Order: sequence, then C-alpha cells, then structure tokens
Amino acid sequence: MTTMTRRLFSLGANLSWPQWPAPGARLRTLFPRRTWTIVLAGYALLAIVVPVLHLAVPASSALHVSDYAVTLGGKILCYATVALAMDLVWGFAGILSLGHGLFFALGGYAMGMYLMRAIGSDGVYGDPILPDFMVFLDWKKLPWYWHGSEHFFQQALLVVVAPSLLAFVFGWFAFRSRIRGVYFSIITQALTFAFMLLFFRNQTGFGGNNGFTDFKRILGFPLANPRTRVALFALSATWLLIALIGCRLLVRSKFGRVLTAIRDAEDRVRFCGYDPVGFKLFVWTLSAAICGIAGALYVPQVGIINPSEMSPANSVEIAIWVAVGGRGTLLGPILGAALINGAKSWLTVAAPELWLYALGLLFILVTRWLPDGVLGLLKREQK
Amino acid sequence: MTASLITAVVLAVGLDAGTLEKIARGSQAERQGAISALAAAGDAAAVPLLRATLEGNLYAGSEGPVLIDDRGTLRDALTGAPAAPRDDLEKVVINNRLRRTLERALVVLSLSAPGREERLDALRALQRAPDPDVLPAVESALAKEKDKEVREALITTEAMLALSAPETTRRIAAAQQLRRVPGATSKRLLAQRLAVETDPAVLGALKEANQSVEASLKRAEMVGLLFSGLSLGSVLLLAALGLAVTFGLMGVINMAHGELLMIGAYATWLVQTLFRRYLPGHFGWYLAVAVPASFLAAAAVGALLELTVVRKLYGRPLETLLATFGASLLLMQAVRSAFGAQNVEVANPDWMSGGITVLAGLVLPFNRIAILLFGSFVLLLVWVLLSRTRLGLWVRAVTQNRQRAAGLGVAVPHIDLLAFALGSGIAGLGGCALSQIGNVGPELGQGFIVDSFMVVVLGGVGQLAGTITAAAGLGLANKALEPVAGAVLAKIAVLVFIILFIQRRPQGLFALRGRAADD
Repeated sequence: MTTMTRRLFSLGANLSWPQWPAPGARLRTLFPRRTWTIVLAGYALLAIVVPVLHLAVPASSALHVSDYAVTLGGKILCYATVALAMDLVWGFAGILSLGHGLFFALGGYAMGMYLMRAIGSDGVYGDPILPDFMVFLDWKKLPWYWHGSEHFFQQALLVVVAPSLLAFVFGWFAFRSRIRGVYFSIITQALTFAFMLLFFRNQTGFGGNNGFTDFKRILGFPLANPRTRVALFALSATWLLIALIGCRLLVRSKFGRVLTAIRDAEDRVRFCGYDPVGFKLFVWTLSAAICGIAGALYVPQVGIINPSEMSPANSVEIAIWVAVGGRGTLLGPILGAALINGAKSWLTVAAPELWLYALGLLFILVTRWLPDGVLGLLKREQK
Repeated sequence: MTASLITAVVLAVGLDAGTLEKIARGSQAERQGAISALAAAGDAAAVPLLRATLEGNLYAGSEGPVLIDDRGTLRDALTGAPAAPRDDLEKVVINNRLRRTLERALVVLSLSAPGREERLDALRALQRAPDPDVLPAVESALAKEKDKEVREALITTEAMLALSAPETTRRIAAAQQLRRVPGATSKRLLAQRLAVETDPAVLGALKEANQSVEASLKRAEMVGLLFSGLSLGSVLLLAALGLAVTFGLMGVINMAHGELLMIGAYATWLVQTLFRRYLPGHFGWYLAVAVPASFLAAAAVGALLELTVVRKLYGRPLETLLATFGASLLLMQAVRSAFGAQNVEVANPDWMSGGITVLAGLVLPFNRIAILLFGSFVLLLVWVLLSRTRLGLWVRAVTQNRQRAAGLGVAVPHIDLLAFALGSGIAGLGGCALSQIGNVGPELGQGFIVDSFMVVVLGGVGQLAGTITAAAGLGLANKALEPVAGAVLAKIAVLVFIILFIQRRPQGLFALRGRAADD
C-alpha cells in the first residue's frame, strides 16, 4: 500500500467509492486516454501487423513489408529506446550525457560476444571455439573475459550489468563531487572517446577496427531467416513499450517529482534535506541499462557492431533526437529518433552530401526556435 | 651515371688498360687484386667504373673494348666514347665476395673525394656499418685531411674501427675516443668488443667507456622525451588557448572549436597555394602571410557564429553545446564541399626542415622548435591582450559580473562578440601551427576537440596559468607513458586520469577563489 492510499483510507467515510484507486488505475491514468490509444495502436502495428505483412503477404504485393524495411525499422526502434533513456536523464534530471552511445555499444558488444561464439565452426577459419578475428591475430585461446561467452544467459546478464556497472561507478564519482551541467557532459564525452580508442585496439580482444560481424544464429535460430528477424523486430518494439511505461511510471512517482526538482534547482533540493546523489545515480544507471538492452537488440538485427558506435559524434546525435522530439516528454524523443533516422536513411542515399548540412542546421534551428521540440509544437497548435 | 663522370674515366691515371682487363675478364683472384689496388692508389677517377661493376652495368666480350652501359648508351670504359653494341657482349657478373670488395673500395675512394659533403657522407655510412678492413685507408685520409669537421668524423670512425686493432694501446685509445661520441653504434661496438676482449687493461677502459656511453644515451633519451612532451604540450596549448578564452572566460561551450582550428589550417593551405602559384620565389615567406590570414579567417567565422548562434543562447550552456555542434557539422561539410574530402598538402617552408643536433643521437626538428616558440608567442599575445589592454579589462569585467559590467557602461554584447572572435582567431593560429606538423583535412578539428576541452577543464576554467600547466603536463604525461604502454593506452590512461582528477578537484588545477567562484 502506498502512502497515498493509506492516507485515503484514513480519510475513511469522507471519500466516495469511485475516487478510490482501482487496481491498475495507476497504469490507466499514466497517459491521457487518447495518448494511450496512440501508443497501444502503434505497438500493435509494430508487433503484430508488420510481422504479418512481412511473413504472410507475398513479396509481389504492395502491402508486403520488405527485409530492408524490417531491418531499418528494428534499428530505429532500438535508437528510439536509446533516445527514451536519454530523455529520462536529460529531460527529467537535467543530466546531458554525451556518452550514451557507449552504454548502447557495450550492450551490443556483450551480445555480439555471444553471437560470435554462436557462429561455431561456420566461420571463415572454421575454428570451433575462437572467433575469426582471434584466429586471424594468431591467438591460441580465448582471453579470460570471454570465458563462458557461449552461454546466452550469461551474456544477456552482461548486457545489463556491463553498462550499468560502468554508469554506476562513473556516476558515483561524478555526482558525489557534484559535477554537473556542461562539465559532466564533457567528461562523458571523454569517457566514450577513451573507450572508443580502447576498442579500436586489436589487443583489447573485441575485434579492433572491424568489431564483430558475420553472425549466423541466435539461440539456434538462423539470423537470415525472416521469422527470426521479425521476432527480433517485435521484441525491440516490446522493449520500447516496456521502457516507455517504466520510465513514465518512474517520472510520475514521488521519485520522479524529486528528480524534476533536482533538474530545476539542485541546491534547493539539497537544502530541503534530500541527497540528490542517490536519485541521480539511480536514474543514470537505469538509463544506461535501458541503452544496453537496446544495443543488444540492435546488434543481431543490423549484423555488425564496431567501435565507431562509441564515437563522440554518435552520442551527440542522440541528444539531437531528444531535442527534436521534445525534452522531458518521453514520447517526443521516440518520435524524434524515428523522424531523424528515417530522414537520415533516406537522405544519405538520395543526397549524401546534404545529410550533414541538414543535421547541422537541425541542431541550430531546434535549439534556437524549437526548444520544446516537435511535440511541443504539436501541443501549441492544439491550444 | 652522368656524362661528366664518364669524362673523368678518360682522364684517369691510376686506371689503365691492364687493370681494366683484369677487372672485366680476369680470374676472381685477379679481380680482387685489381680492385684493391685501385682503392689503395686512392684513384678517385676509378669510381664510375667500380660503381658500374657493382651495379651490373659493365659489359665485356671475349675480346675488344670493355663497355659501360650509361643509362642506355654504351660507352667505352676507358675513353668514355660512345660505342656500338656488339653481339658477344656479356654482363660482367660479380659474386658476393667481390661485391664486398667493390663496396669497400668505393668507400675508401670516397674518403678522398674532392667534395667535403661527399667525404662526410662516406664517413657517416662507414660509421653505421663499420668495416675494420678499411682502417688503413681511414688513417691515411686522416693524415691528409684539413677540414675540421671531417677530421672529427675521421677520428671517430678510426676509433670505431680500431676497437679490434691488434695493439692494446690502440684499443684503449679507441675506447676512450668512443666515450666522446655516445650513440647507438658506439654502444653496440663497445658491447661487441666487451664480449670478446681478454686484456684486463682494455677491458677496464671498455667498461668505463660503455658506462659513460650508456649514461649519455640515457640523458639524451630523457632530454628527447622532455622535448617531445613539451612539443606535444605546445600543440595542445595552441589548440586549447582559443578555447580558454571562449569557454574559460566567457563560459561558452563551443563544440565548433575544432573546426575553427581546421579553418586556420585551411587558410594556411590557401595562402601557401597562392604563394606557390604567384610568388614561388618568396615561398619561404608564406607563413608571414598565413599567420595573420589564419587568424582573420577563423575570427571572421567565429564572429559569424557568435552573431547567429551563440548570442541567442547565452545562459543556456547545454543548448549552446548542441547548437555549436551543429555548426561544427556545417563547417566540416562546407569545407568538404569546397576543397574535397581528401587531406590537402601543406608544405613546410625550407627553413623548417632539418633540425639541430643537441646531444649525440638527439636531433630536435626545426618545425617542432618553431611550434614551441610560436606557442609561447601566442600565449604572450593572449596574456598581453587580456591583462594589459582595455579590451582585456572589459572581457574580464564581463566574465566576473555581466550585469555590473553593463551597469558601469561596458558594451557587453560588443565585448562578447570581440572576445569570441579573439578566441576563434587564436584557434585559427593554432590551426596554422598544426598544419605544419600534421595532416590538414576536414576532420582535423575532430581529433582535437576532446583534448582541448580536457586541457581547459583540467587547468581550471578562466585561468591561463592553469591552461599552460595542464597542456604541458598532459603533453609530458602522454609522452612519458608512450614508451611503456603504447600511444593508444597512454592516451586512454591520460583521459582516465583527467576523469578521476576532475572528481577530486572539480574546479581544476587552479580554482578561482572568492566571489568569482560562485556559479
């Protein structure tokens, strides 16, 4: 029983029945009714309609969803989850991270390790244990940190543990010394930069420049099979929905109120007797974990992970997804990620030299004239 | 082989038909003897013939004149007159032993070459690969040599060769001489001799010489490390100084800072290209134009950036960060569209190539020295501007308290613009310097943005002294770690160190105290 319900009970007879929170009411009131409809319809479209259209409708039909579209959609769903996680820390706790790409990539690498091992002896060199790049480097046995990487569940655990542990340790140091604002952003950038350099080395044992690729199967299901692809796609959509509901629950709770207060006036919150460190650390670590899982879903769909995912520019791009969609709205960043990545995959094919101009202008225009993002614009229109 | 060298053969005195006959058609032993005799006679005129033999350009039939293939033209080896090809010509084949004799003879002959540089080159080659058999030739050359520098080199070479001489006194003298020329070769020769030497007196001298050489080498290594650390530090300083003004003083997070460096570098490239085309005679002076040009170009772009983006976002640092990142993408792509995505080539002026030898085995390149001096010059410039001029006073006033400065009549928006343009211009100067030591391409700035922010943050915001210390410290730390851990790990270690350090001292090395410290 929450504090709120206990208080309501103590009020006793003064309250009439309908105002009592019914089971599931918290969930129901999470979004306005119309938003709920849109969210659930969107999810149903992604998790049910798209798979059916891909698998059951023949390729000649106009309704068929192509392989390319499924892969691109899956990629965007993963990016949208990262944008959501970014909004949780930036929009609600005021922590602008320029290193979220690192957590995403770490999750991806953890999954990639399993996928590399799952290739088995189907690799170019046919070594039953060592991944191709290790044979190429003339390594004789697996490095110790690859121990047990053939077990899916260990790696699935690592997908969550590796990014969260890094985020926890880093955040613990940073928040405790009250590093915030721009300083924090710059340091996160240095962090992801350092990791990128580290992963670029062949000796680090994660495939160097080329990273991991040429995956064959996951849990025995061949990755080239449309069913596997569609399942991963639906899984990504589901994870996005879960993360969305979880984040929304969190920010609407009392915890979320404190978080918002920290964003707006951290010193005052401290003077009120709260210690912001715990709040920030929790939400920061949670955000990293969400990114890690998104990365783990991204890798088998895209089929490659390499250190360029950790480049500082990639992480800044995540911030612009959030800014375009609308900071502090949770739904906005999802929209922003979809819009920008959709535009990117179209424009980089249609007019590759224009893409960076467009992205650069977007950064400037959105920060100057669209502080609340696209969602803010829509809301203003309504009023 | 040039025609003039061929003429030299004609004038030869020591080289006669008999010797030539032996070299071209004699038995192995005869050829060895003839070549050694030529070398012993010190007849420089025989050089072309020996070189042709060594390079496989000497042709002879069973009889008739011996010919040299002078780049396609056959010439008589004795007279140098062009000759007609014949059917019976065959290449004079040499074996490995003869090859060594030939090489040795060429070295010996070049010891008495007329040109001073030629003699020095021969000695340097000999020092790299010492050959005890040419010791007599070195001695006789020493007796004749007048030039001071060549004499020095001869004495060193003699010592290197005499280390295995039969007389103990000579070996001791050689060891003592080698102490004075510490270098990798001396070290190797001493160690080789130490392993086989039996005479106790010589052993003692060798050990002493070895220790002394090792100590000097260590010293040279330390000085070299210090220099390369400071050199990297000066590069970092040049990259970060502009940022120290815009970020450190004004608090503007300019993610396009790296691109301002790039613009400075491209301005240098443009000036260089113009000089090459229109003023090739004054190419060595192009930097005199490029330095102000790079400052102005970057300052102009910076001013534009301030007016269009930064100005509207004062007091919203995170938004400034994102907007200027967008600007950096735009600038990068604009440069790519204008000049292509490939790196452009910026040539150093002639006076920058080469270097000075400070210790044996340690050469400091001129371009690095120039950058070190240039960095100090820019630093001085910034310091004078900030602490000795009216503009500097206003900038500091605005930094400390915007409202009060405005209240006292400082035109705050104007100062913002000027200060931002100044910081950008300094970045342009940094770019001009970077173009002299590295690649110039659209991505030039990307490599420096993290580093420059680290320098400013580590040094403490708003502190020039901190920026200098941080740049020099990071440069030294990077170079000191490099031999132990490799370049990449050293960089990672430094980044991790900064991250940890900032946790301990969030205000950086030199924290502001008092009123200015409250945020």
